[in-house]
Amino acid sequence: MRGATVKSIVGELLGRREGIAYGKGGSMHMFTKGFYGGNGIVGAQVPVGAGLAFAHQYLGKKNASVVLYGDGASNQGQVFEAFNMAKLWNLPVMFGCENNKYGMGTAANRSSALTDYYKRGQYIPGLKVNGMDVLAVKAAVKYARDYTTNGHGPLVLEYVTYRYGGHSMSDPGTTYRTREEIQRMRSTQDPIAGLKHKLLEWNVTTEEELKQIDKDARSDVDKEVAEAEQMAPPEPTPKNLFEDIYVRGSEPQFMRGRTPDENYYY
Amino acid sequence: MSRLLRPASRLVSSSAARPVNVRSAFQSFPRVPAIVQSRGYAKESGVKEYTVRDALNEALAEELELNPKVFVLGEEVAQYNGAYKVTKGLLDRFGDKRVIDSPITESGFAGLTVGAALAGLHPVCEFMTFNFAMQAIDQIINSAAKTHYMSGGIQPCNITFRGPNGFASGVAAQHSQDYSAWYGSIPGLKVVTPWSAEDAKGLLKAAIRDPNPVCVLENELLYGQTFPMSEAAQKDDFVLPFGKAKIERAGKDLTIVTLSRCVGQSLVAAENIKKKYGVECEVINLRSIKPLDVESIVKSVKKTHRLLCVESGFPAFGVGSEILALTMEYAFDYLDGPAQRITGAEVPTPYAQKLEEMSFPNEPLIEAYIAKMLRL
Ligand SMILES: Cc1ncc(C[n+]2csc(CCOP(=O)(O)OP(=O)(O)O)c2C)c(N)n1
Ligand SMILES: [Mg+2]
Repeated sequence: MRGATVKSIVGELLGRREGIAYGKGGSMHMFTKGFYGGNGIVGAQVPVGAGLAFAHQYLGKKNASVVLYGDGASNQGQVFEAFNMAKLWNLPVMFGCENNKYGMGTAANRSSALTDYYKRGQYIPGLKVNGMDVLAVKAAVKYARDYTTNGHGPLVLEYVTYRYGGHSMSDPGTTYRTREEIQRMRSTQDPIAGLKHKLLEWNVTTEEELKQIDKDARSDVDKEVAEAEQMAPPEPTPKNLFEDIYVRGSEPQFMRGRTPDENYYY
Repeated sequence: MSRLLRPASRLVSSSAARPVNVRSAFQSFPRVPAIVQSRGYAKESGVKEYTVRDALNEALAEELELNPKVFVLGEEVAQYNGAYKVTKGLLDRFGDKRVIDSPITESGFAGLTVGAALAGLHPVCEFMTFNFAMQAIDQIINSAAKTHYMSGGIQPCNITFRGPNGFASGVAAQHSQDYSAWYGSIPGLKVVTPWSAEDAKGLLKAAIRDPNPVCVLENELLYGQTFPMSEAAQKDDFVLPFGKAKIERAGKDLTIVTLSRCVGQSLVAAENIKKKYGVECEVINLRSIKPLDVESIVKSVKKTHRLLCVESGFPAFGVGSEILALTMEYAFDYLDGPAQRITGAEVPTPYAQKLEEMSFPNEPLIEAYIAKMLRL
């Protein structure tokens, strides 16, 4: 979405030197131009995102920042701290709560006293969006972008969606909800199936064309994944290990290794 | 130019060394090749194998059973049975009044459990990992650790903060960091760093019973490791005293002071060194870093005349720095060479595996450094 390739992202997941963060960041930490990373600390991204908006306003740019966090993350205190500052200073920020009904194994209603996440900005207007409808999301984001960049201050958007899989590799995702629930979501709410249905209904495209798009997407991704797998991991050299702790040229004289023999001199 | 800053370790191997007394045939103490070699009771009857996870679980269950003031609160501790399954079965057994799932709000729930402790309860506040306790460190230090002193002794705070700390694999910089030195530096806190299953059970139970705030710094990679648990340790009155280190392996040629996961690594290295060179390293498992058992360290250095600290935190201002400074202060006269430390590298943990391996101590590194120190 921000111009990064599938290859560079899969490469990062595989810890490759040509990964999007050169194999340093991994699954939780990816950065590219205009994309300020995943944050491994749940909720910490929210005030940081408000800070991006602060900079946009400060520099007189007509940009808004898109700040995404989960239903679980929405309970972190710093989310509310960010809301307050953003409203106080009229920052162009779109706070976006991806309510996928669970934070790890905790259902939203067990973590949140109010599960209408779009209302949680109190003094910030909120918008509830069907996160399983691609076109609704597009329309909402467009509206929010215009609203926030035109000096109206922040918005809180709640994207109502669902997580099919487990939270992580170690979570089968079936101990805290029923298989039926997942199945029901898949068969009635799936965003790709939903869009497909609409496109056909509106005669925008044909079944064959959609099949071809699907096939092309699969082979594109397969190709990029195969290329990513071919990429080399970073050479395990002290130079690769210690580079980029500081901005190049501004490093201290040396960093200590595990033993003094392994100290690295820039 | 920067070479001027080359540390003294270069001198280690060249310093006038007391010749290492290499003995192979007539060792005066028994050795079992297993890394838990000094556990003499390992063959006793009644000894059972426990994972560290089981030991922690048993400690929590026993303390919940024994004292109605004890409760467990944290993210995913109840219905999900714990992110690492340490609290497995506790909700079913003790109910949702005693075992409570918290929202993801570390600062909030740490503060709340501190408040409950001020009011007389004995909370066990679980952090999914100590990386996330950084969100709550103000409550741990300012609200929990300092209150007893600030109140002139009026207001105790009996709380236990626990969770995995330190190296975890494949999760990069924000999820793989050792906080021992951070908490170990705070007056008013007690800090323990269990390695084995007995450590885990005895120290966690002692932490819950201790009237002060205690941080129990566990390690995720140890949870699944199995250790023998003596009959005494299986009982519900088993506690380990704070401030008492354990000699996991006796030796006369080098003192290795270590903690948590590095204890196991040091034992393996010590065993390999013995096999290769017949040299005997004494491995001291600190168990508790605040209070710290300086006496055991000094006693061992008196015997071995050399000290190496192995830990996995950042080197600057760390556990290793502290051990070396204490050794200078209290055991300088007994040393035959500068005390040394192996630490984590001074780098945010990288994601790529080969780089990650270069960032934390491991057995071959410890072994090589011992060989260098002792000029083997
Ligand atoms: C401060 C902090 N606490 C806990 C975690 C562990 N953790 C990672 S993701 C997660 C659940 C997040 O749930 P939610 O915000 O709903 O996001 P989702 O995964 O559903 O998108 C938790 C508890 C963390 N990374 N950071
Ligand atoms: Mg969620």
